[in-house]
Amino acid sequence: MKKSHLYLLALVIASLGLGLAWYKWQVLQFPISPREEVATFTVQARVEFDGKSGPNRVVLQVPSKAAGATPGYTVLEERLVSRGYGENYTRHREGRQLEWTIRNAPRGRQVLYYRASVIPDLTPSIPEPAPTVGKPPELSEIETAAINTLFESVREQSVDTASFAQVWVRRFVEQPLSSEAEVLLESRTTREQQVRFIASALAIRKIPTRLVWGVVLDPESNRAQAELKPILQVHNQTQWISIDFETAEVGWPEHFFLWSKSPRDLLAVDADKSPNLEITIQRNMVDALAIAERRTEIRNAPLIQYSLLSLPVDAQATYRILVMIPIGAFVMLILRNIIGMKTFGTFMPVLIALAFGHTNLLPGVTLFVVIVGLGLLARFLMEKLKLLLVPRLTAVLILTVMLMALVSIVSNRLQIEVGLSVALFPIVIMAMTIERMSIAWDERGPMYALKQGFGSLLVAVLAYLVMSWEPLNHLIFVFPELLLVLFAMTLLIGRYSGYRLNELLRFKKLSELAEQLPPAGATAPAAGHKDGEGKP
Amino acid sequence: MNWLFNPIKVWRNLDKLGLLGISRRNAEYVLMYNPRRFYPRVDDKLITKQMAIEHELPVPKLYAVVREEHEIEEVHTKIAAYEQFVVKPAHGSGGDGIVVITGRRGDKYRRSNGNLMGREEFNHHLSNALSGLYSLGGQPDHVLIEYCVQFDPIFDHVSFRGVPDVRVIVFRGYPVMAMIRLPTRMSDGKANLHQGAIGVGIDIPTGLTRRGVWGTELVKEHPDTEHSIIGLAIPRWDELLMIAARASDMSGLGYVGVDMVLDKQLGPMILELNARPGLAIQIANGNGLRHRLKKIEALPSLSPDPAERVAFAREHFATI
Repeated sequence: MKKSHLYLLALVIASLGLGLAWYKWQVLQFPISPREEVATFTVQARVEFDGKSGPNRVVLQVPSKAAGATPGYTVLEERLVSRGYGENYTRHREGRQLEWTIRNAPRGRQVLYYRASVIPDLTPSIPEPAPTVGKPPELSEIETAAINTLFESVREQSVDTASFAQVWVRRFVEQPLSSEAEVLLESRTTREQQVRFIASALAIRKIPTRLVWGVVLDPESNRAQAELKPILQVHNQTQWISIDFETAEVGWPEHFFLWSKSPRDLLAVDADKSPNLEITIQRNMVDALAIAERRTEIRNAPLIQYSLLSLPVDAQATYRILVMIPIGAFVMLILRNIIGMKTFGTFMPVLIALAFGHTNLLPGVTLFVVIVGLGLLARFLMEKLKLLLVPRLTAVLILTVMLMALVSIVSNRLQIEVGLSVALFPIVIMAMTIERMSIAWDERGPMYALKQGFGSLLVAVLAYLVMSWEPLNHLIFVFPELLLVLFAMTLLIGRYSGYRLNELLRFKKLSELAEQLPPAGATAPAAGHKDGEGKP
Repeated sequence: MNWLFNPIKVWRNLDKLGLLGISRRNAEYVLMYNPRRFYPRVDDKLITKQMAIEHELPVPKLYAVVREEHEIEEVHTKIAAYEQFVVKPAHGSGGDGIVVITGRRGDKYRRSNGNLMGREEFNHHLSNALSGLYSLGGQPDHVLIEYCVQFDPIFDHVSFRGVPDVRVIVFRGYPVMAMIRLPTRMSDGKANLHQGAIGVGIDIPTGLTRRGVWGTELVKEHPDTEHSIIGLAIPRWDELLMIAARASDMSGLGYVGVDMVLDKQLGPMILELNARPGLAIQIANGNGLRHRLKKIEALPSLSPDPAERVAFAREHFATI
């Protein structure tokens, strides 16, 4: 095969690999870089009420599952603990609700659970329906007087709808409360009643308002108890403006997961007028990749089925390591065929590098040197016994295992953790290294053996560093077709016929000689040149 | 600035010199011209020897072959008649596992380095060799015991306890480059460059040595004997080139290294052939191989006659 054919083949293979990877990245939106773990949340609503016998209905406003309905987040899945109640989700104009129904409810305290797992998602929000001005609240005489006074002062301090609403909310936040505000809040005892009143009172001024409820999902803290936090939204003819009820600040709160936009009661129980709703949040740190995969699933991309990600988790773990072997082999290929380093065996350094993966670099190298050193020592002591080759190899293997056990026990006694991971260190590789090194030692001298041993170790360390490089590992695991690119590059190096780096060093003297010689052209002078030169 | 390593300059100089690198040797010569199926002919020294005898090429006489563990004991009686002999693993590469016995003392054998070797140690060595300690990839091997070459006294003052051998690289039947390898104290009597032997380039037209290399150093004298290694005339040079050319035909390999020795009485003999001959011969000669190889690749037709090919080589491949 001509070289140009090879180049063409390599080009085709490489572009195939790159094309596939590009498609997965751009179209299927596989993450190209491994982000840190992402916080996902399990938000749980615990509904507690006193039951009466007879039919009962519990209505809970729940988050919408539609893509983009909850800005910044997506509800992945929901679980219920219903204890015999029938479950029924219904959508209505302002949101979504969950109805638990039963014909013969048991008596006494009853607890139902709604649980949603929520992941961060940047799907754009869906457009909102046109706002309407709500029904103003019914007020007593004294309240009407109080509210008018308040509205007057608020109007003085504001310029537009948004600032009017903001100042209005602040009247109920600031301490001490004005007497008017106190009057207005007096008859409304629960927090929910209060905020609903504050919101609906704006209808008197013909301001479209609505109340939204949500929880703050702080990725930094793992707070268990949470409250549904009300946010006032007013419409200023172009968009909804959010105002925090606690601080009167304008703007969508950070990490705010929208629970419900519904004007209905968050929780309504037929049998109990004051049911208890408790929200707890559990934060889970989950691999970003897994989330990407789930996101793809809920977006219904069937091509996910053709990736390593669709394998069972344990197989995935294996492939995470497996796909890095070609990388290690490629590093070794470069070090051997371009740089010209000498190693024991062809792929032994890659296997050693794999072994380092179990122990981390520094403990791995230390263990390797210690065990190979001790093994070599034992091997030289055994040399005196004149054993045959295979029994000797077996003896070395047995000794290697025992040495490793010893290292493990000693390091455990000394409370050093590396000793325990040594058990996973592939012993056959060690035994082979010891044997090969001792043969090289016998045959070619200690310098040669140490040189090759050091070369193997160096290649192994470099291969390990590349193989354990997280972004690369991620890239190859998520886009295994990139191995085709590696394959193409290997084909190219397969026909590399230039000098290796170590040859340049090796033949340096020759290069100096070449400068003194006439150019060795295609027409070297035939006989006759030798007279008068080169005689000692 | 000689002490400054400038890879680009070195690369250019080497390229100008026509130095053959290992990658190019493998990719463009070994892979292209050496069919895999002929490798056993050169990798197994026993096959090489048998073929050489069929082709009437001179080789050291074979005394005994050890193939199995149980034959080790018998071998002592088989070689009882010989004072001197050489033990060689059939698949040994680079001189690995070769033991030269130059005499006896009672039950023991005296090695070329003067050390005595007991029977047990001797047996252990054979057993190791049979298990494949010295063969590529640890394949089980067999061991040859053969005539120990009595080297020509012309090399007495330029070699240290061992047999100097002549290597000729033959490309498509044409000898292209040659060197003589002189054992040193460091090489323990062995003629392998990586073990510390000196490589001395031979000018093909004249059969005179031109330059020497020891390790990576250019040398003019033998480090142990202090004798000049330049300008030595290799005896029976034409014969050596002829044997090399014919051995290459026999092997079927297009790019082959032929290792020969000069025996005091028996003359030139083939020791072994090599399908991947090393590149140090270029340092020993101070010349690159590529220009010469290209010249042969450019030939319109290859001559079937070894004598013609040797004549061509002696005309064209002068060491510069």
